[in-house]
Amino acid sequence: MAQKRVLMKGNEVIAEAAIRAGCRNYFGYPITPQTEVMHYMAKKMVQVGGNFVQAESEVAAINMVYGAAAAGFRVMTSSSSPGISLKQEGISYIAGAELPAVVVNIVRAGPGLGGIQPAQGDYFQATKGGGHGDYRNIVIAPASVQELYELVVEAFNLADKYRMTCMIVGDGTLGQMMEPVAFRDEEPIVNVEKPWAACGRKGDSFHHTVTSIYIDPDVLEKKNLELQDKYKIVEANEVRYEAINMEDAEIVITAFATCSRICRNVIRQAAELGIKVGMIRPITLWPFPYKAISEAADMSSVKAFLDVELNAGQMIEDVRLGANGKKPVYFHGRLGGNLPMQKEILDKIVAIHEGKITEGGNF
Amino acid sequence: MIDFSVIFAGFGGQGILSAGKMAAEAALYEGKEVSWFPSYGPEMRGGTANCSVVFSDEPIGSPVVNDADVVICLNQPSMEKFEKQLKPGALMILDSSLIKTRPTRTDIKVIAMEASDIASELGKMMFAPITMLGCMATATGCFTRDSFEKSLYEILPERKHNLIPINMEAFDRGAAFAK
Repeated sequence: MAQKRVLMKGNEVIAEAAIRAGCRNYFGYPITPQTEVMHYMAKKMVQVGGNFVQAESEVAAINMVYGAAAAGFRVMTSSSSPGISLKQEGISYIAGAELPAVVVNIVRAGPGLGGIQPAQGDYFQATKGGGHGDYRNIVIAPASVQELYELVVEAFNLADKYRMTCMIVGDGTLGQMMEPVAFRDEEPIVNVEKPWAACGRKGDSFHHTVTSIYIDPDVLEKKNLELQDKYKIVEANEVRYEAINMEDAEIVITAFATCSRICRNVIRQAAELGIKVGMIRPITLWPFPYKAISEAADMSSVKAFLDVELNAGQMIEDVRLGANGKKPVYFHGRLGGNLPMQKEILDKIVAIHEGKITEGGNF
Repeated sequence: MIDFSVIFAGFGGQGILSAGKMAAEAALYEGKEVSWFPSYGPEMRGGTANCSVVFSDEPIGSPVVNDADVVICLNQPSMEKFEKQLKPGALMILDSSLIKTRPTRTDIKVIAMEASDIASELGKMMFAPITMLGCMATATGCFTRDSFEKSLYEILPERKHNLIPINMEAFDRGAAFAK
């Protein structure tokens, strides 16, 4: 049963969803535009008997996450781009030790300290590594406040299921905006046994060790192959995306999160001009919906893809892999924390439709 | 209505963000889809502040407003900035107590009302944006007076319910300018 809709800020909903998902350990360090996650946690964690620590740094926070996860608890940290960069060492260790954790990145514009306005420039960092070594995170990109709620709850389930970091990638818009959200009376929490957890097993003679160090290359290779096998299972089972208006689409927009919201309006405006535009919105950025892109590229109605991002073109590389040269992939992006105007995107669609621009594209 | 968009703009501390939220709550009370998106960052009392609110009968596409149906302005810089972000034929409501010039565009409707003067008559400057909400709701029908009042009873803690009548007085004083 869904409860009555209430108006809430994206960042606050992330925190509320985590608590509802059974997260009783939150460690963070403030940074705009995600600080409201911390504010909410600071207030609510005490009320539900959980642990809230404002750590001395992002590095400390992620290592507290490592500790709590190793002891078998549901745990989360959140930050924004520069802070997430600092956490990468810990995220790599968490991958090596196969621990479940939820990390939230409310992305701001970079590189460096950059700015505080919304961006999607951390796509590569989130989906292609970030830290060192051969590892993956499940990366989820919600597009509304309601979806933030549902997917944060799901992130805890996925993290436990696969003993991986599940990263929620939002941006300043999503974190700062308010929208109605309807909470469920009961959350679909999947409780997983954690026999590996180092939590003090009274009388148990088995020595529980959580580590990511394997000095012997053969042992480490075997460990890595096990990780790769696990990632293949995730790729086979956890791809999520939304297909919008794809029937008879001539031009297919690919966009995630905030960008997909802006593009929804553009689809409507293009229809008024008689141009059929569809959209594939990846919900999981890793695993990426290559198959959906490939199938769209095979559609006879589809002439081209238009990838729209708040960066210089990062997800477009995955779109191109999916399209595999079958159809051209154009690009429209904004940088520095600016959002594209609907008209900019519409103009590009018209230009593609009339065959007036070359593949790739500018800003 | 589909994606009816409003920009509230003025100085930080005038109650711009709160007024936007109150409008969103009133529309939510009617079962509409709403989104509220603030300017954020190094904002402060006395600096500029704005928020975009979208009302719709359908799921909302973009919460980011480039071409608004209504702009509510409580200071001169906001008027100059957001005049450019109105659709042709759209409505600007401005606080003539604080804004001495008028928009240069001739293809928009303008309602100039002494919002801050009315607010000081009512005893608190924070009523200025409430009077302008009353004007907007009456002029555009984006939510009803009744929904506004009822949503206040829902969102305010009971110890603050005694403030609702004076908020409604501010709302009604503003509504008079819409006629």
